[in-house]
Amino acid sequence: MLKNRIIPCLDVKNGRVVKGINFVDLKDAGDPVEQAKIYSDGGADEICFLDITASNENRDTIYDVVEKTSKKCFVPLTVGGGVRSVEDINKLLNCGADKVSINTAAVENSKVVIDSSKKFGSQCIVVAIDAKKNGDKWEVFTHGGRNNSGIDALEYAEQMEKNGAGELLVTSMDRDGTQVGYDIDLMSKISSKVNIPVIASGGVGNLDHLVDGIKLGKASAVLAASIFHYGKHSVKEAKDYLDSKGIPVRI
Amino acid sequence: MNVAIVDYKSGNISSVINSFKEVAKDRVKIEVSSDLNKIKSSDKVVLPGQGSFKSCVDALNKIKGLTDTLNEFAITKKKPLLGICVGLQMFADVGYEETETKGLGWISGKVSKIDNQNGKFKLPHIGWNQINIVKESKIFKDIENNSHMYFVHSYEFIPNDKKVISATTDYSTNIVCSVEKENIFGTQFHPEKSDMIGLKIIDNFINL
Repeated sequence: MLKNRIIPCLDVKNGRVVKGINFVDLKDAGDPVEQAKIYSDGGADEICFLDITASNENRDTIYDVVEKTSKKCFVPLTVGGGVRSVEDINKLLNCGADKVSINTAAVENSKVVIDSSKKFGSQCIVVAIDAKKNGDKWEVFTHGGRNNSGIDALEYAEQMEKNGAGELLVTSMDRDGTQVGYDIDLMSKISSKVNIPVIASGGVGNLDHLVDGIKLGKASAVLAASIFHYGKHSVKEAKDYLDSKGIPVRI
Repeated sequence: MNVAIVDYKSGNISSVINSFKEVAKDRVKIEVSSDLNKIKSSDKVVLPGQGSFKSCVDALNKIKGLTDTLNEFAITKKKPLLGICVGLQMFADVGYEETETKGLGWISGKVSKIDNQNGKFKLPHIGWNQINIVKESKIFKDIENNSHMYFVHSYEFIPNDKKVISATTDYSTNIVCSVEKENIFGTQFHPEKSDMIGLKIIDNFINL
């Protein structure tokens, strides 16, 4: 039976982890490689890096991080943030990323998803959808949530599946950072609309939210950042909890 | 000993390279190459594969003499070869992804889309699933039945002779996820991405 995945996400800026696990015995709390290794040793089903480097001159730092991490972690590694072109995707894959998540570029230029999924295979193309509720629908935002594209998120999800995305990483901007739980309505509507797996993101504050994301939101995988940081919960605790609620996980 | 990972410019093979180098350390030399002589002279060959069946077969055929070299290695000389994901699928006579495409024909059978039962099962089959070991395989030494492996695929290999199947996994139907036929081994899952248990399979192959 296919297991639901738990994916811890690390924000990386200029090659350093911005928020992260804050263990006393950690040699270097800002080192993404060491943090990723802790997660993979702890049973993370995948690791996600979100590059939030703002300046162009430091953008190359992520390649070095990916290269080093992929030599230490032998679970899938997804990298997103600032991916603009097929060439960016090519570089990340060559450095050892297994999947690349595309956000703004997928909205601005549909060819990026079409061309990259043809070139590298759908299995490594994740389209990240940042969605915000407006009345009874959701709209897709770009540029780290700053710009409203006005595009309907459900229609967009369907279009991205057609364009060749292998997975959708859906983040509720209304919930992101609030710790009140995923936007279940959004997740379940998108998941029912498409035939590719949906990764739920944005708003996790406790372990029950992970359960809800899978049971009610129908997500194949749950992504979370802050509940795994600062040692609030370990990946293993999360998996044991999901298991106790009857959700199939890899233990 | 030399292990050659065939680099035929199709898809992303850095994870395969990293995992083999991690397992091999200094005791085995890992070559990444499309050079026919290097492949011929190696002791073992790894055939990775990402993307579609057709794109992988096309990429193999683009390198002059590569298919013949692989045939000689695996069929005439019967040296150990491991196919991963589409690398395994290409063992078949024919694949139906994109369009009907001839495979290497090493293990008789076909590669078809997984029956998702009218949308009941999402495709691709992505994530960790358990393997059901149905026959002893040399690459499964010290691998427990029902171990979790990482999968990413929408197509499955259906061999004619069921005796080559060494493991299956349950997704919609019983999907063939590992084969062994004499010196030819293949996994539909990605041992290079299946954590320590996956590295053990790579270790077993290197130690053959």
